[in-house]
Amino acid sequence: MPDAPKAASISRPGGWEIVRRNRPAMISLIFLAVLVFVAFTVPFFLPESLKATSNATFLPPLSLGPETGLMHLCGTDVNGQDLFYRLLTGAQVSLGVGIIGALISLFIGTSYGMISGYFGGRVDAFMMRAVDMLYAVPRILFIMIFIAAFDSVFKDWLDGARLWAQEKQWQSLEEAARYLIPYSKILVMILSLGLVEWLTMARIIRGQVLVLREMTFVTASRAMGQNGWTILRKHLLPNLSTIILTYLTLTIPAVILDESFLSFLGLGIEDPASSWGSLLKDGAQVINPFESKWWLLAFPALLMSLSLLALNFLGDGLRDAFDPKSSD
Amino acid sequence: MVAFLLRRLLSSLLVLFFAVSLTFLLTRSLPGGPFDKEKATSAQVQENLERQYKLKGTLWEQYTAYLNDLVHLDFRVSTKYRNWRVAEILGQKMPTSIKLGGVAFIIASVLGVFIGALAAMRRDSMVDWTAMFGAIVAISIPSFITGPFLIAVFALWLGWLPVGGWGTMSHLILPACCLAAPYVAYVARLMRNSLLDVLKSDFLRTAKAKGLTESQALVKHAMKVAILPVVTYLGPLAAHLLTGSMIVESVFNISGAGSIFVNAIQNRDAFLLCGAVVIYCTLLIVFNLIVDLLYSVLDKRIQLHA
Repeated sequence: MPDAPKAASISRPGGWEIVRRNRPAMISLIFLAVLVFVAFTVPFFLPESLKATSNATFLPPLSLGPETGLMHLCGTDVNGQDLFYRLLTGAQVSLGVGIIGALISLFIGTSYGMISGYFGGRVDAFMMRAVDMLYAVPRILFIMIFIAAFDSVFKDWLDGARLWAQEKQWQSLEEAARYLIPYSKILVMILSLGLVEWLTMARIIRGQVLVLREMTFVTASRAMGQNGWTILRKHLLPNLSTIILTYLTLTIPAVILDESFLSFLGLGIEDPASSWGSLLKDGAQVINPFESKWWLLAFPALLMSLSLLALNFLGDGLRDAFDPKSSD
Repeated sequence: MVAFLLRRLLSSLLVLFFAVSLTFLLTRSLPGGPFDKEKATSAQVQENLERQYKLKGTLWEQYTAYLNDLVHLDFRVSTKYRNWRVAEILGQKMPTSIKLGGVAFIIASVLGVFIGALAAMRRDSMVDWTAMFGAIVAISIPSFITGPFLIAVFALWLGWLPVGGWGTMSHLILPACCLAAPYVAYVARLMRNSLLDVLKSDFLRTAKAKGLTESQALVKHAMKVAILPVVTYLGPLAAHLLTGSMIVESVFNISGAGSIFVNAIQNRDAFLLCGAVVIYCTLLIVFNLIVDLLYSVLDKRIQLHA
């Protein structure tokens, strides 16, 4: 079976060329690549004394730790932890939740949209009606309900694993479980946000499939006796790839924003883990007109805004190149 | 027309029914109950409370009993704020949010349409470029960053406006701007792209060929059509803004309806939550209906079919 032919109207030749010539999108791509690289490497090379809590609380940026003599690039927080280090681990969590959450919603949305669009008729009408109805329920409600439902499940599950390991005398597993319990919220957030954000994706993909399935190459493969699933997987999916990539890039900032929103309200990531949202919450708590600890708010805000800006610029650039019809 | 409205109303009621059912059933099946305290209460106390708040029996029995009350417009009593009926709580919190959300909605629609139209008319100019760059910035930066920033600049530093609270018009300005900012950007982008499409169309060329000036053609013909996608977007936006924003209300210390959703889930207060969902869905339905009607007024080609 030869590769699926490219439908000319969906991914025009030169789509990537358009992205490459889009300067804001390319700058954003470089910024994001550097950010991801730094966030996932640098924290491992920082000295341990910098990462730990200390009694040097609320040091302003660029000051030296009184005991360690180490430079605190972005100052320290309420627990005397280095803010630069927390910003980077926060970036790990925020970006991780954003990317994996968006991938989950991408998987659900793409499958849903493709099935709905390809099979059409009553199936389509029913599936899209369901999406309309889900749109009518406030998103925050679903997110909160999923978090409440998964939170205790994951904690119980990890605790069960810990007890089981204790009984079996498996030191390493017990320690791993004990270490993971405070971080179980991250997993909960990823799942909850992924399960909620797929509605727009499903609609877009369905719209594209409606166009694609009328094309002659689909008719041809149907005439050759291929069944619906094979056509979906082998012929439609390759033609959807750029659209999927585009909306993946636009879903990541949406998920990051949701996560930070919840963490800002104290419902998301919990200490000792941190995300940009929880750092902003900590920063907002110590802000008052009398004694400004501006760095605790300014640095997380700056890093988060720049990252979301970069993701949106990149997503817009991709959309201009690959989805010229869409207009919002 | 009447048939269309009736049909729309029927399918809207279905949406409302679905949303309330889902909310009630999910909230009631979450781990933890509305009467859980840190200290354990005796089984008898729990049972009495459940009977008092009509939460006895299987989930199905609770659900059907609740639906029955809802049909009779009884929103029941909140299980968290025990002396308050859900209708009273909503009646007290909603006006604040509607006022704030209404102002934000007006800012978003008027300013958004204006900026978007301006950007489209001066396509690829400095104006267009600045507006679209600003739009991405406004969409990217969350309100819990813009909020404190606005407070720091306009309240603490310049001292022009109050830091937070509620009461006079000056209390409204900062939170409304903060709430509206990303939606101004969405509307502006939608308006710009839509107007660009219309400006390319044949009927506008004809209008100009007939001797209309650029601005006449724009106001008389182009805007009317170009605004349609924006109107579609504004319907759900109105419902969303009027039911309050938790972040903006908490940043500016306003006691509105925004926190109801989150707090009610935290407290497992199914009745309050369902009450809020009913309000939200009703607003959504009403505004979508208004959008449909506006469509037929703005574009004579569109007829409302049943």
